[in-house]
Formats: sequence, C-alpha cells, structure tokens
Amino acid sequence: MRREAIFNYTLLFALLAFPLWAWTADEPFLITLTTRAIIFAIAGVGLNFALGFGGLVSLGHAAFFGLGGYVMGVLAYHAQTYTAFVTWPFVIEGTNSMLMIWLVAVVLSAVLALAIGALSLRTSGVYFIMITLAFAQMLYYFTISWPKYGGEDGLSIYVRNQFFGLNTMDSIQFFAVCYGVLLLVLLFVFLVSRSPFGLMLGAARQNEARVQAVGQTPFRLYLTAFAVSGAITGLAGAMFADLNRFVSPTMFSWQTSGEIMIFVILGGVGRVFGPVAGAVLFIILEHLLGGLSDYWHIYLGAILLGVVLFARGGLYGLIAGRQVAHE
Amino acid sequence: MSNPVLQIRGVSKSFGALEASKNIKLDVQTGEIHALIGPNGAGKSTLIQQIAGGLQPDRGHILFMDQDVTTLSTAARARKGMARTFQISSLAMEYTVLQNAVLGALGARGDVYRFFRPVMKDQKLLSTAQEMLALLGLGDVQNTITSELSHGQRRQLEVAVALTSSPKLFLMDEPMAGLGAEASKKLMAFLADLKKQAPILLVEHDMDAVFALADRISVLVYGEIIATGTVEEIRSNPAVRLAYLGEEAEE
Repeated sequence: MRREAIFNYTLLFALLAFPLWAWTADEPFLITLTTRAIIFAIAGVGLNFALGFGGLVSLGHAAFFGLGGYVMGVLAYHAQTYTAFVTWPFVIEGTNSMLMIWLVAVVLSAVLALAIGALSLRTSGVYFIMITLAFAQMLYYFTISWPKYGGEDGLSIYVRNQFFGLNTMDSIQFFAVCYGVLLLVLLFVFLVSRSPFGLMLGAARQNEARVQAVGQTPFRLYLTAFAVSGAITGLAGAMFADLNRFVSPTMFSWQTSGEIMIFVILGGVGRVFGPVAGAVLFIILEHLLGGLSDYWHIYLGAILLGVVLFARGGLYGLIAGRQVAHE
Repeated sequence: MSNPVLQIRGVSKSFGALEASKNIKLDVQTGEIHALIGPNGAGKSTLIQQIAGGLQPDRGHILFMDQDVTTLSTAARARKGMARTFQISSLAMEYTVLQNAVLGALGARGDVYRFFRPVMKDQKLLSTAQEMLALLGLGDVQNTITSELSHGQRRQLEVAVALTSSPKLFLMDEPMAGLGAEASKKLMAFLADLKKQAPILLVEHDMDAVFALADRISVLVYGEIIATGTVEEIRSNPAVRLAYLGEEAEE
C-alpha cells in the first residue's frame, strides 16, 4: 500500500479511536474537541476542492461557512420559537431536522457560490483573492447590522437539532453523526478527483490553454468546482453551528476564511485527505499552544511560515512524499 | 471538388497603429499541407490565434468546413475539429503522458461533467489515447510525468493529444522547433502521412522542412500575404526572395 493511503487510514482510525477512548474515560470535552476538528476538516475539504483541485485561491470561504451556520441558526430559531420564517406568499416554517437544515445549507451555499463565482472568476490571481474576501466581508457586516437574528451578539439555539431519534446532545452520538458526514464527503471528493470532471479541472489548473485546445471552457469548470466547494463548506458551517448551538457574524469573518485556508495549507494542498490532517493539527496546536499562552497564534504563524517556506506539500508532503498522479 | 476545409476571407487585425493582419486571404484544402512562412514579427502568431479563436479579427471572416466560426470561442472551434499544437509546449505538466492523451480524447468526446466514474478506467478513452501515443512512439513513456519528458517528446505528445480528437484540421505552430535532426526527420515523415487524415496549416521556421513537406506555401510579410503557391513558385518568386529569403541570406 502506498504511504499516503496508509496515512489516510491511520488518520481516520485515530479520529474514531480517540473519541471512543475519551468516551470510556468520561472526557466529553475531548470528544467535542475531536468533533470540532472533524467539522473544520469538512470545511477544509470544501475549500481544497476549489483551491487544491481547481487552483482557485478563495479567501472568502467564510461566506459559505457562515451561510451554513445562519441557515441552521435561523431555521432552528423559528422552530424553537414556533414562529414562521416567511408567511407570505407562502409559509416557510423553521425546522429542527438536521437533514433538512443540511439540505438547505448545501443548496443555498451552492447558489451563493455560483453567484460569487460568476463574478469573481472573471478575474484571477490577487484580484480573485480580494473579490472573494470582499463578498465574505459584505455578509459579515450584513449579519452584524441585522438585528432580527441577534446582530453582533449572534443567535443561541438551546437544543441541538434532531437526527433520526439520536440524542444529539450526547457528545459521542453527535460525534458519530459528524464522523459519518466526513466519511461521505471524503468519498465524494475522492470519486470526483478521479472522474472525468476531476481530470479536466486539474488540467485547467495546470494549463488553461490546453483545456481550451481540447474543446473545453475553463470558466465553466471553475464555476462548477466553486459551487461544489462552497456547498461542502456550507454544510460544515451548519454542523459547526449545531456543535456550538450558537451562530454569530464571526463565522463570516475573514479570520474564519484564513483558518479554513490554514487547514488546507498545513495538511497539503490538493490531497483529498490533506485538510483532515491540517484541521487535526490545527486543533492540537490550538489545544496545546493555547495552554501555553493566549497569544498562541504567533506560534501557529511561525509553523505556517515554516510549512510555506520549507514544506510546500504540508503534512502530507512530508509524510507521503511527492504527489503522484492518480491512476 | 469539395470546398476548402479552412477559408480565411479578408481578415484584418490591428493593435493600435500596428497592422498585424492586412486583408488576409488564405485557404487550406483537403489533403494538403499548407505552410505559412514569414520573417519574425510578420504576424504569423497573430493569424494563427485568430484562426484558433484566441483573438477576434477586426474585419473579415473565418470559415471552417463551410461554417462561419469567426465569433466562436477557442473551445467551440476545437470541438468542431480544429486541433492545435503550440509553439511552446502547452500540456498539463503534472499529469502523466497517458493522462494528457486521455484528456484530449475526453475533451473531444465532451462528457466532461461526470463526477463518479473513474476516467482512467474508461476503456474507450484509454484505447484512443494509447493508440495515438503508440503512433508517436510514446507508448513506453505513457506513465511518465509530462514535466520529465524531453523537449522532443513533449512536441510529440502535443501531436498525439491533437490526434486523439480525430480532427478535421491541424494548426501546427512550429512543431519542429528545438527538435534534433533525427527527431525532426521522423516528425516530418509522420506529418507527410498525417495530411491524408486531415490537412495541416503549418507555421514553420525550418525552410528545409517547409520545402520538403508543403504542398503550398503562403508568405506573410508585415501582416500581408505577398504570395501563395507551390514550392517551386515560391522559390522563384522575386518578391519573396527580396522580402524574405533575401533577408535570410544576408544574415
């Protein structure tokens, strides 16, 4: 088996074994911490779909993470207050069904990504980075100034949403749900990475003229990739809000976009499992270094600098070696 | 006799005061190699780009298989059967040789928006790709990463990828550039055979190659076609000698 594959399975196993151990040791905090890493990993896998496979450096993925969060917040808020979200021209009720919330989050995030992508993908390089950032900032300030759902203070939900009769307030059960979603998302991205679309998207990243010469349009490939990417990150946002039972404009902030990008870079750009490793490493660092100092980000910055300068492939580059073309 | 595969009708293109293409008329007939020659800066690349779709002409029309393609995108023209090889190799460098060839076959087949089936296990794409690689003598290196190929092998791969789409016309921008004498000769023999499959519009600096290969030659000088004709006609054309071959001889 290739080293990369071995590392993938080790990672998945550790992500399952650690919380199970924490469960038997009665350490719910550690289970929640792992769940947080898993949700961040999903957000990172989403960004990596655009950034790693399509070469689209988006610094605005907080827009989708935040939108997913607010989809959960708003729908659950209306469910818990027994009010309707919209009463005219037809009634839209809130819901506390996790599946329904995920579905709405995925669809709306994909639509938002299509809109943002349709405008920003006409640019490239630094302009693309700035435009995606600007869209996320617009949403950030919009939610701050929208008092109905808490404005700057955010919105609290008292009980986690429902998932097929599970007790989602039990940390190990909620963890199991999130772990399952991560597996499905990874499977999806793995399949797409070796599909016709994946091959053509990767070619567009490497050489747009080549893609045009074989009769395809890079813009359409990028837009599709951006929508899929936004949808996955939006799903993670809805789960993150459920984990915290709280949403606030912070989910839309540029720091959030930056953190999602850090997961991707730390783990290894363009690897299916890269962001999983990156998110886990980020949580470990946050936990360990955060214990040392409130200013732990300065150490994180140093590590990030080291990765960018000396280990461009991130954790996966170090462990699995140079990227090999998928067969 | 059928119409020419490619007809360029009065195409003009200016960049500010510079007229890169002046009322160009040119056609490529079935079964021929039509060479486009001219000194540096004559506007060959500008013309090729307008044919392939990278640039819009200011005036004039480009007809491909009796259809006006002047306003179509590069990708749309490629799908209609225009296959291009680039002056500077333009391949997906991180992919294997085989992946590049499969890319060509996939692009031509068009079912790109499929997300769940493994493309490198698609037997139809693979057999087309492998057949073309074998034709160009790249069968042994099909699992090599493209960036590790020699310059000559990349040029051959460009041609192989172009072939995977079973094109109706080849636009070849200096396919021999930078090739050794041996590789050059091989490629020439290959092109001489290839024209039976689809005609070739060949931009080439290597005069020996042009005179050996071309059925007809057009000479482009300062954005204007000053002569079109057979090898003999071009060789003996005084205007061409003065404007082009003469200049070369003086160097």
